[in-house]
Amino acid sequence: MKQVPAEYYQLMEQLQAVDFVLVELTLYLDTHNDDLEAINQFNHYVKERKRIKKAFESQFGPLQQFGNSYSGHPWNWDDSPWPWQI
Amino acid sequence: MNTHLKTYHPYVSPFDPCKPMLEKKYSTPPHLYMGFQPPNLPQFSPFEALKAGTLWKDFYDPWYGPNEIAEGGIPS
Amino acid sequence: MWIYEKKLQYPVRVSTCNPMLAKFLIEQYGGADGELAAALRYLNQRYTIPDKVIGLLTDIGTEEFAHLEMIATMVYKLTKDATVEQMKAAGLDGHYADHDKALFYHNAAGIPFTTQYIQAKGDPIADLYEDIAAEEKARATYQWIINMSDDPDINDGLRFLREREIIHSQRFREAVEILKEEKGKKKIF
Repeated sequence: MKQVPAEYYQLMEQLQAVDFVLVELTLYLDTHNDDLEAINQFNHYVKERKRIKKAFESQFGPLQQFGNSYSGHPWNWDDSPWPWQI
Repeated sequence: MNTHLKTYHPYVSPFDPCKPMLEKKYSTPPHLYMGFQPPNLPQFSPFEALKAGTLWKDFYDPWYGPNEIAEGGIPS
Repeated sequence: MWIYEKKLQYPVRVSTCNPMLAKFLIEQYGGADGELAAALRYLNQRYTIPDKVIGLLTDIGTEEFAHLEMIATMVYKLTKDATVEQMKAAGLDGHYADHDKALFYHNAAGIPFTTQYIQAKGDPIADLYEDIAAEEKARATYQWIINMSDDPDINDGLRFLREREIIHSQRFREAVEILKEEKGKKKIF
């Protein structure tokens, strides 16, 4: 029985934390479109998310598909586990 | 500072079939007092924010059930 | 279009195999104030709302699907390895007879999901007030489920979801302020 290593959970939680900041800032900016400081913070975390996404995907495969992530060989998008299984 | 839990005391009839609950509580979370959110409110760190469910400290208002409160240590 | 991401919004954990909790939680899956109703409500309203708040409805509607997946994860984990005896003891005998372990869009009382839960009046203020009310009702539902649950990990996830209702309500209230504003006037905080 193959299980994901502890590092999977650590990297995933790093991504969840940064993505959560981005969700919060997105909703905030939807009603505060002139807040430059919040926009700068948003762009900072966009960069941060790219870094973590790359680190995660290089070890555990694509997070998104339809071309938003590169594929390994063989096609690894449909590899287990799925988010509700871990 | 506003409180985020209000109480009221329902009328108690001598004919009430269940043991009366003398005090009832209801939630009045911080957003009810915020108005249009001003810029630069204090923030949590990304990990704290994820755990709290919000980036902004002023909106943080966790709800705990009676089982959790009974076990102690958790602010009501 | 939408892009799926192989990631939950929040790390969902469940501490004990307790299918009884799944019976309550399904309220937020296919109930009147649940996450499916929320997602569909906002994503449907955005076609007939002023452009200034379309982005907000789109983004909150999208986040609601992430919440739906969190609830599904909790229900899945609570029932995945439950025996038929445990399902029956939890009052899920009716569900089991019809669906086995399959998730289904119904509420805690077993009433199937209906579009009646979703209002769309076409009047921007009426619709946003509907949305604010929906967020407060969902917040209350999470309170009642937390009150009944004795699983600390489930409660941790439910507290996150309840807090999100507070933020969504805040943003919808701000959307009302934006639509009320007189043209050319500067916002004062």
